[in-house]
Amino acid sequence: MVNPKVQEVRVSGPPIVPPPSPEPSPAGTQSVAPSPIRKFLLERGSSAFSDRAFRWIMLICALSIFAIVALIASELIMRSQLTIAKFGLQFFFKQAWDPVSGDFGALPFIYGTLVSSIVALIIAVPLAVGVAVFLTEMCPKFLRGPLSFLTELLAAIPSVVYGLWAVFILVPLLREDVNPILMKTLGWTGFFAGPNYGIGIMAAGVILAIMILPIISSLTREVMTAVPHTQREAVLALGATRWEMIRMGVLRNARIGIVGSIILGLGRALGETIAVTMVIGNRPEIVKSLLGLGYSMSSVIANEFSEASDDLYLSALIEIGLALFIVTIIVNAIARLLVWAVTRGAPPRVV
Amino acid sequence: MALEQKASRVNHTWRMIANHTATGLAVLSTILVVAPLVAIFVYLLYKGASSLNLAFFTQVPKPVGETGGGMANAIVGSGILLALGSLLGVPVGIAAGIYLAEFGRGGRLANFVRFTADVLNGVPSIVMGISVYSLIVLPEKHFSALSGGVALGIMMIPTITRTTEEMLLMVPNAIREAALGLGVPNWRSVLAITLKTASPGVITGCMLAFARVAGETAPLLFTAFGNQFWSANINQPIAALPLQIYVYALSPYDEWHRLAWAGALVLIVLIVVSVSLVRFVTTRGVLKGAN
Repeated sequence: MVNPKVQEVRVSGPPIVPPPSPEPSPAGTQSVAPSPIRKFLLERGSSAFSDRAFRWIMLICALSIFAIVALIASELIMRSQLTIAKFGLQFFFKQAWDPVSGDFGALPFIYGTLVSSIVALIIAVPLAVGVAVFLTEMCPKFLRGPLSFLTELLAAIPSVVYGLWAVFILVPLLREDVNPILMKTLGWTGFFAGPNYGIGIMAAGVILAIMILPIISSLTREVMTAVPHTQREAVLALGATRWEMIRMGVLRNARIGIVGSIILGLGRALGETIAVTMVIGNRPEIVKSLLGLGYSMSSVIANEFSEASDDLYLSALIEIGLALFIVTIIVNAIARLLVWAVTRGAPPRVV
Repeated sequence: MALEQKASRVNHTWRMIANHTATGLAVLSTILVVAPLVAIFVYLLYKGASSLNLAFFTQVPKPVGETGGGMANAIVGSGILLALGSLLGVPVGIAAGIYLAEFGRGGRLANFVRFTADVLNGVPSIVMGISVYSLIVLPEKHFSALSGGVALGIMMIPTITRTTEEMLLMVPNAIREAALGLGVPNWRSVLAITLKTASPGVITGCMLAFARVAGETAPLLFTAFGNQFWSANINQPIAALPLQIYVYALSPYDEWHRLAWAGALVLIVLIVVSVSLVRFVTTRGVLKGAN
């Protein structure tokens, strides 16, 4: 903790500098148990009042984060009382979506969200891990900076721009070139049966994959850098090739964190709204074919919320939002715990 | 003996093949990841630049069927929304970060706040939109720029809190002790010494949060709502660049598609320029002085 520069020079072996971790480090204990002089200054000084006030203001701001989450949860629960009372748990297992007669079931939306996210993960995970392996273990130094900047840049592109690009470039590409090949070679499985619209669950999955790639790859890189160098050196010393070193020394040690980053990507994919709404087709049906049209939980809210005329309709949409909220909280909590379990000992990486 | 040697040679070749395949796959996946990025940017430049003109920055949208028109009101609207969001998100976020780094170190409460911030960061933006809708828009009975700003501000808080905390933790304790040793009150030492030393990182964190919400559409759908006309009143619906792009992209008119591409280009340029500008300025000025 003496000089931030020391931390940049990462040498093998345990870090010289005690990591600024949440646990009480030597530096932390100092501020917890102040010296007598500091204690005197804190208590007798003219600033005792303002110090206490300052501390309280900071505390209130920190607690406001709790308040926000609690407010969101309570609003969602309160406003969805109507459907919770009327349909109960059946709401999530019913396929009906009929605003006119007031019959609501969220199953098609849950299906669309899950399947498009799974497609996204199948495409994104191998690529993201490949990029992370390349950038941390293989890349020549002069390429590392620009390439990692480029992948992080993917995260800075707004969702609506991805959607725009998907509507005008990706969808025609899928319709003309990719989907016919998929239908010809894999059509017998039933997952790639026609009709070929271009838009649909497949298109949503592909655009989601592009969007969650940077999240997965940057977190995977973080956990891979957290693996101590001694592990790599030990495997190399046994005569391993570079790939064996990566597989046994790095990936195996980082696997929990990698799983965590994948789950975090899943959380992002589940909640993604605008780009998905623009390409998924927006039809509340369950079809086996990935080329068919679907609907996702977030896109039904985006599309129908402002035209929800009666209270039951509105409450059904808000209950879908509540479900999305709970699922993403659980998914994110699991992911954070997994990532935290691996990177705990390593110094934090500056963005 | 000879057999053993042969076996080991086969084994060796096999391992070499696996090694080279893995390298090849890693390179290939990197290329596959960079490709869509380049494709998006090239298309954006090609489509957007050809439809950008002065009218885009000076005029409001024209009715369907008429050519021309621009998104001037949406650009100004986005600016107002982001200003409102920053007004709420930046102070609260930084203060929460200060609490985590300076007062709550290692405490159970701090760990819990940190965890909640991470959870809040993962809440889908559309859920944020409907929550703010039922919190502010429903009681007030009309859409407003203010509610849009609140939604964006809430989304900025967790990112700013976490980066502020990380940056403050990197400030050497000796600096704090030096300030306290001179008799500086604790609150002044935190604001004028610790926070100032960490300011490049804190500002970068704020810009990251800013860039993230600048392109958000989903939380604005039911809060700011969009507007075809000039409006600077924070109690009225207001236009925003991402909203306008969303509406235009889904419309069936070529003229509106053209404007959507132009809007997307402007949005991206605004985000990238603001982020890299702040990074450039902060790494140049303050960081060098601090070290």
